[in-house]
Amino acid sequence: MDRRTFLKIIGTGVAGATTGSLLMPVQSLAGESTKTKEFYGILVDTTRCIGCRRCEQACAEVNGLPVPDISEAANKQVFASPRRTTVTEYTVTNRYETEKGTIFVPQRCMHCNQPGCVASCPVKALEKKRAGHVIWHSNCIGCRLCMVSCPFDMPKFEYGRAVSNIQKCNLCWDRYKQGVLPACVEVCPTQALMAGTRRLVLEEGNRRIAANPGQYVDHIFGEYEVGGASHLYLSAVPFDQIGFRKDLGTIPYPEYSAGYLRAVPFIATLTPLFLLAVNAALKKGIEKSEPKTEEKHSGTGKH
Amino acid sequence: MAGEKLETVAVVEQPDKPAEIQIGRDFWPFFRKESKPKGNPATAFNLLSGVVVAFSILAIVYRLFAGLGSPVTNLSQLSPLGLWIGFYIMCGVAFAAGGAVVPFIVNVLGVKKYRPFLRVAVLNNLLTSFFCLVVIVLSFGRWWNIPNVFIGNGFGANSVMFIVLWVFLLTIVTAALQFRPAFAEWIGNTTSRKRAATVALGATVFGITLSVLQQTGVGALLTMAKGKIHPLWYSEMLPVLFFVSSIYAGISLLIMVDAISEKVFSYQIDEEYRNSRFDVMMGFAKICGGVMFGFFALSLIVAQFEGDFAFVNSEMGYWWLLEIIGFVAIPGLMFAHGAQKKNMLTIQTAAVIAMVGILMNRYNSVFLAYNWDLPFAERYFPSALEWIVTLAVVFVQIWAFRWIVNRMPVMRKSPQWAEKFDRD
Repeated sequence: MDRRTFLKIIGTGVAGATTGSLLMPVQSLAGESTKTKEFYGILVDTTRCIGCRRCEQACAEVNGLPVPDISEAANKQVFASPRRTTVTEYTVTNRYETEKGTIFVPQRCMHCNQPGCVASCPVKALEKKRAGHVIWHSNCIGCRLCMVSCPFDMPKFEYGRAVSNIQKCNLCWDRYKQGVLPACVEVCPTQALMAGTRRLVLEEGNRRIAANPGQYVDHIFGEYEVGGASHLYLSAVPFDQIGFRKDLGTIPYPEYSAGYLRAVPFIATLTPLFLLAVNAALKKGIEKSEPKTEEKHSGTGKH
Repeated sequence: MAGEKLETVAVVEQPDKPAEIQIGRDFWPFFRKESKPKGNPATAFNLLSGVVVAFSILAIVYRLFAGLGSPVTNLSQLSPLGLWIGFYIMCGVAFAAGGAVVPFIVNVLGVKKYRPFLRVAVLNNLLTSFFCLVVIVLSFGRWWNIPNVFIGNGFGANSVMFIVLWVFLLTIVTAALQFRPAFAEWIGNTTSRKRAATVALGATVFGITLSVLQQTGVGALLTMAKGKIHPLWYSEMLPVLFFVSSIYAGISLLIMVDAISEKVFSYQIDEEYRNSRFDVMMGFAKICGGVMFGFFALSLIVAQFEGDFAFVNSEMGYWWLLEIIGFVAIPGLMFAHGAQKKNMLTIQTAAVIAMVGILMNRYNSVFLAYNWDLPFAERYFPSALEWIVTLAVVFVQIWAFRWIVNRMPVMRKSPQWAEKFDRD
């Protein structure tokens, strides 16, 4: 949180306290069309992706990153081995040779419904917006627990800089606020990417599976994985053949640390009680074993 | 072995009357006088550690301007934790657990014979927590933002790291309160000493609670790394496993500190310490032996429960077996055997093996078994500078420990005037 937002919050708080809630909400949230109760999502149809890498180029341009060379010659080299996203490449497209031929898969932050990175952040530098975007703020302390906690290894840390940030796809949050499609979706020439509310793109995904028997495997990656995500993938082949993990399960990642977090209040209250009780119980025994001084004191007090 | 050098040791002179130094007024002249090195500073250890520390300071300054990347650390996008956090946050915290176990025995259970070891344990806990924060500043990428955790610039109370960092801070405060008697005796301030005694039980109880939170919390940091840590090391029970193993880790460290102190600080060790020493070590060995058997059984139960035995017949599986048998079961047996035969050497050897086992266990969790399925070229191995800086922090902690032990009554007996303040 920078000083301006801080002052804004204080300001709205004071305004709210003095004039009731009449003045407050509309203006301060005017810029954000976030009053939705549904997550935004992108359907990625890997059977349509042609590996042109224009999404990578558009992403770099929008986010002010080094723009990649996407000429045919460059692509040939790039696709030689699978890549991971980096601090300057929020999205990468990989090529996989499978039983059904060559498949291209664009990969970026999944924007989980219940993100491990957000749950692991001690200063809420990572935030899950109401609209589904997982974005990063500069009050981050750089502990990198988000990187440990992300099942997809998406948050990337700038090791080589004194002021280092966490970098990853933010589902074009700024563009979303202006009502514009994410850059990658907008530029895609084959409609391999489709944006909308998560419910709508999920419906569309299921429709495609039903309407084209045999073309897709009957599974949308991201529908249930780690509790669901905003990036939803369709595939012609089982997902482990195109670089996805099969062992993620459907439990949201925050659940794994929730056991400890739920125990914290109990540890914090019951441990001292237990210790004091043990101490008191043992003390009484000690006092009884040497009763003389005690009795004298209480005796003189009473009589 | 014990008590052979009784007569040869010169006892450190204790003033009969408290000097009554007040913190505000005459503390600095007193501090300056006390700061002078006691004894010859040009020893081999000082020379070696001095070089390492000086070199590390350069590395740290470089790190502040150039970031954490190469050549300072070998951290990568797929190994974000590394040696610094692995050593200090994971292992250091475990080794500091004696600072909860000994106060539990002495102040809560009221077993007097362990009292001479109380301040050593508390001091170790205090220093470790402090240097953990130092290492956190070194290894966190945006260290200038760390106060955000405490001043509420985004209270991430749903985060394990949030709790761990708060507990570090609170542990420093609490351990300082627990150590205040020694400090007050050093400056000879009777008021301060008296006040310290009144909060002794409260600080102990709070300190133990914090320690439980800390040991479990450090394990919980890794619970969301499911799928990255090898199944034999990953478990949703990690907080419990880390807590149980920290008990014997902390006590093993105290056994080692005692073995070293007996040589290094022999002039500090008073009669009471010397007389109870053998007895206490046997007691420590019994605790360690018992807890290690418990930990061994717990590890097997967790592995069975989560179906991990399917992975035992593999390279990582053999490595796990070596850790769990060679560095838990065997030292556990050695502790039990040593306690029964009253053999100090067996116990000390077992303590060393147990500590190596803890190092192995924590390093496995943080980097050897972390993303173990990556190709070898992408695996993390700490850089030379990471090792050197880690060593330097340990050296500075040893300096601080030595400086304090040489001045305050940590191992030696409290001065006469202070004894009446301890109620129990």
